[in-house]
Amino acid sequence: MRTINADDLIIPIANKIKHALTHVNGKVLQKLKEAQSTETSPLCKWALGQIVENDEIAAHENAYACQDCGQAVLFVSAGQDLHVSGNLTAALNKAVELGYETARKSVADPLTRTNTQTNTPAIIHYDIVSGDRLEVRYMAKGAGSENMSRIYMLTPSKGINGIIESAVDCVKRAGSSPCPPVILGVGIGGTMDVAALLSKKSLVYESENKRADELELERKILEAVNRTGIGAQGFGGSVTALGVHVLTAPTHIGMLPVAITVQCHSDRKFVYTA
Amino acid sequence: MKSEIKSFTLPLTQADIKSLKCGDIISVSGTVHTARDAAHKRFAEALRKGEPLPIALESAAIYYCGPTPAAEGEIIGSCGPTTSSRMDDYAPMLIEHGLRVMIGKGKRSEAVNAAIKKHRAVYLAAIGGAGALYKHKIKSCELVAYADLGCEAVRKLYMQDVQLLVATDSDGNTCLL
Repeated sequence: MRTINADDLIIPIANKIKHALTHVNGKVLQKLKEAQSTETSPLCKWALGQIVENDEIAAHENAYACQDCGQAVLFVSAGQDLHVSGNLTAALNKAVELGYETARKSVADPLTRTNTQTNTPAIIHYDIVSGDRLEVRYMAKGAGSENMSRIYMLTPSKGINGIIESAVDCVKRAGSSPCPPVILGVGIGGTMDVAALLSKKSLVYESENKRADELELERKILEAVNRTGIGAQGFGGSVTALGVHVLTAPTHIGMLPVAITVQCHSDRKFVYTA
Repeated sequence: MKSEIKSFTLPLTQADIKSLKCGDIISVSGTVHTARDAAHKRFAEALRKGEPLPIALESAAIYYCGPTPAAEGEIIGSCGPTTSSRMDDYAPMLIEHGLRVMIGKGKRSEAVNAAIKKHRAVYLAAIGGAGALYKHKIKSCELVAYADLGCEAVRKLYMQDVQLLVATDSDGNTCLL
């Protein structure tokens, strides 16, 4: 059996977090540049130009792309043939604490609002998979966009159109608040909690292992959302979302849960494998 | 587009405010104070009790922002706008007490837009998620009040040549969706 030491993960993951917070996901930056060139609304074109300039300054100067460095969300896949010695959860939280050492501390008790001062605890989801590897997928989740995330408990009769309408409703209600252009994670199926989890997970797995009908649904949702005319920063334009990621799971015959995680354009994430 | 951008210095005069129209992109320099959720809560409590605020509201400008800490040798960290609507419950009261310029991101409530119209104030939109860009525009930063609130403390900033969009003008017109 392969063995790794949990404490050996701390420094490499902390360094990956530091890098991610100052370097917006390259694919998203490319999409922002494309949107800047195709957008016809002058106000949105200006907004997209400011965002691109910001992301380039941040990467060049190792400055935080956004002051809201978010709550750390980690999806961990652990191979069942791997033995991790030490305390994995504690090591991951330590990595987050170190990774956010000079970042803004944005995590507080929900009732007293007392700041934990370490940006921990991180939100950690574990999956047991086959093999002997450990994979950690990170995303920074800011509040401006997360406050606009929603869940819709549809009935099965609402079907594909109901799913698309839910995404459009979510984006319309969000309007200018989540820093559009946004990226949508859409979790469909399971129970209420599973749909919400899938909506997050879809954002870190993106288009891996998708069925053809899931890819088609992603395209349809993206088109529908961009027809809302909200545009960058809600200034009224054609690019409201840069991408849509769908993940599905079987659900009860009497249910159709649809959860939508709204992610801002400041898409900061990485995949680490040990 | 850049050639059309007019420059303004804070505090804005009533004539300045009147000239600003929804959808204008302007360049702003001058002094603002940062305040977000927790500071606004304290402002409101102080006003209700008739106690003085740590900043003068007359003709003032508030920037809804909680910056990242400054790195050694730097003035401030990344400092983009936060969602303005979370301050909507407090803003009309502050406008009544003299606040004239609010800088943030995202649309405001009808009550805020009505208060803006009634008292001839203005709401300017900065770009959400552009914290590194604004970091460069801040020429000084001084802690003014509520140090215990960390990033939510009130800071006095001098900003230079920050491009902003007039999102709600003094006639109450708004251009955010």
